[in-house]
Amino acid sequence: MALLEIENLHAEVDGKPILKGIDLSIEAGQVHAIMGPNGSGKSTLSYVLAGREGYEVTEGSIRLDGHDLLEMEADERAVAGVFLAMQYPVELPGVTGMTFLREAVNARRKAVGEEEIDAMGFLKMVRAKAKTLGVTDDMLKRAVNVGFSGGEKKRNEILQMAVLEPKFCILDETDSGLDIDALKVVSEGVNALRTPERSMLVITHYQRLLNHIEPDVIHVLAHGRIQKSGGKELALELEQNGYADFVEAAA
Amino acid sequence: MAATVDTVRQVEEVTGRAYKHGFVTDIDMDMAPKGLDETTIRFISAKKEEPEWLLEWRLKAFQQWQQMKEPNWAKVGYPPIDYQDLYYYAAPTQKPQLNSLDEVDPELLATYEKLGIPLKEQEILAGVVAVDAVFDSVSVATTYKKELEKHGVVFCSISEAVRTHPDLVKRYLGSVVPAADNYFACLNSAVFTDGSFVYIPKGVRCPMELSTYFRINAQNTGQFERTLIVAEEGSYVSYLEGCTAPQRDENQLHAAVVELVALDDAEIKYSTVQNWYPGDEDGKGGIYNFVTKRGACRGKRSKISWTQVETGSAITWKYPSCILQGDDSVGEFYSVAITNNAQQADTGTKMIHLGKNTRSTIISKGISAGRADNTYRGLVRVGKRADGARNFTQCDSLLIGDKCGAHTVPYIESKNPSARIEHEATTSKISEDQLFYCMSRGLSTEDSVGLIVNGFCKEVMKELPMEFAVEAQKLIGISLEGSVG
Ligand SMILES: Nc1ncnc2c1ncn2[C@@H]1O[C@H](COP(=O)(O)OP(=O)(O)OP(=O)(O)O)[C@@H](O)[C@H]1O
Ligand SMILES: [Mg+2]
Repeated sequence: MALLEIENLHAEVDGKPILKGIDLSIEAGQVHAIMGPNGSGKSTLSYVLAGREGYEVTEGSIRLDGHDLLEMEADERAVAGVFLAMQYPVELPGVTGMTFLREAVNARRKAVGEEEIDAMGFLKMVRAKAKTLGVTDDMLKRAVNVGFSGGEKKRNEILQMAVLEPKFCILDETDSGLDIDALKVVSEGVNALRTPERSMLVITHYQRLLNHIEPDVIHVLAHGRIQKSGGKELALELEQNGYADFVEAAA
Repeated sequence: MAATVDTVRQVEEVTGRAYKHGFVTDIDMDMAPKGLDETTIRFISAKKEEPEWLLEWRLKAFQQWQQMKEPNWAKVGYPPIDYQDLYYYAAPTQKPQLNSLDEVDPELLATYEKLGIPLKEQEILAGVVAVDAVFDSVSVATTYKKELEKHGVVFCSISEAVRTHPDLVKRYLGSVVPAADNYFACLNSAVFTDGSFVYIPKGVRCPMELSTYFRINAQNTGQFERTLIVAEEGSYVSYLEGCTAPQRDENQLHAAVVELVALDDAEIKYSTVQNWYPGDEDGKGGIYNFVTKRGACRGKRSKISWTQVETGSAITWKYPSCILQGDDSVGEFYSVAITNNAQQADTGTKMIHLGKNTRSTIISKGISAGRADNTYRGLVRVGKRADGARNFTQCDSLLIGDKCGAHTVPYIESKNPSARIEHEATTSKISEDQLFYCMSRGLSTEDSVGLIVNGFCKEVMKELPMEFAVEAQKLIGISLEGSVG
């Protein structure tokens, strides 16, 4: 069985249907990419997977490792191994990056009945990971995302992912806002996390990212449904023709 | 959007969790008869074997109080208090003179242990804190006396100080907060029962944090403690008070007075972690906390800083103030006030600049949840002679849900054109974005709120002595438990 199984997923926000029957299954170890026009429901899908309140599932199911995700709150899903690197990371005034990471790790440990993590060892581990992702010590001491540049916020998301070591990662437009060098650094960081057990869902608008993080499957999402799935060639095709085919087809 | 509605619903569902310190200690009490008249005051004074001058002082205050009217300008509402329906003195029956902690009633020691305040000296935070514990009307134990005496520091109950250091008490009592200063201070002057006295001699840096724990236990009893701290030239002291009370359906009155005096180059750091019983979610019961706290920076370059974390009480009416008399003296006020359910808080500070180049800083963080009301009321006054006076005020309010209120009422009065006064104010909400962000990293709803609120309060929390910061952080989490979904 696949690590992630989405079946006939329908979801609405404020009574407005956005996802209209999504079927998607991702095997352990696979990376899938989702592309699609603005407003097609990509971020909505990522929120629904992560369990954000206000995103109401009206039909269908989501299973992670056989467990029904829809039965779980956002924090329980995180503990179960779901991680969402957000398109717009949120500012937490007064909460330092290091504190935030420690709280997140300890929340997981508490859930499985483990002791709190050793503060010194943790500090070292985080610093080492931060370094490979180009996250400075200064950023770890500052309040989470407050005053961070767009690119810094994105790196910070991937650092959290690297520290939390989730089973299933969703990257929502992690490439937007990154400069050319940062794109490389972050992609390498993401690739380093690719293991036979871990799966990823990478949302992007640009084929460029997929040169760095090579997906096993690419899906095109439009009008709340997956309109087409294919290999790397699909991204190149989109680069050439845009979404016109899909938008008109479904309209 | 839908999420916000859910948030508010969850606020309503889970608020009013059990107050952790709400137990009652069953112990023999020595009480004054109910009600208040001259006899009550004579009774208290006699119980404490006070000198004549102090009895006179009390009686005069009582006469003045009878002429006064209860203030009603604060943004708080409560039914009239029947001052004749209260007990003004309640003391655990025990041997009058205690030679050591071993003689303290074990029930009492157990109470403090339950509160997380072990009075056995060897256990008290490995010697960094000395504690004076006040139970209803009397001080039951002061720890680390000998160690402090070596440095000439006096730390004892005010009743004891009246006996052992009458000159000091006579000289400073009422010198910062005059007996007739305001209605509640005046009542306190008439009937005050106990509290702490601290004296730091010239040039001494007090070797440990001093701390008082106040506990209201007896029913229908007012607590009127009086604290006096005097820091001589070039001395330093850091003092912390903590407060709890049992859970009762009736409201209990707490009208304390705190006076601080800092002479040349002296510094007093006064921190409060106030966790009186706040009442239940419908506003039944809880402490009325009507307190007058004032510090006089009498000396040049002296400094007084108030740091308060206020999470309890049904009603808080409290404005720790600094009178900056000495040239170049400094006043600071750092405050976190949390109100949940039906709690009301009207709190803030007064900075009175009289000396030249006096500086003051006010950082106030108000957090309201449930149907609570939270008002910051602050006065910055600059006198004619206060050339070069400066004040910076920052008032931030955080709202949780949409049934609570936050209000900022700054008063600025400057009679000196060279004064610089800055005021900044913000109001924000815990956003659903922030909550989701934290939860998507695995934090429970409650831990998320705790983290966000502690982040919001950070500038104040970092002013607390290290030993208490962790405790205060947890308290913030607990007092907002269930306030958000
Ligand atoms: N609270 C809301 N109320 C109404 N409509 C909403 C709400 N939130 C999102 N939508 C709508 O849902 C649709 C999908 O939005 P979503 O953010 O998922 O798109 P996206 O595919 O991630 O777009 P982009 O590529 O621009 O990031 C949009 O039309 C958006 O306007
Ligand atoms: Mg999006």
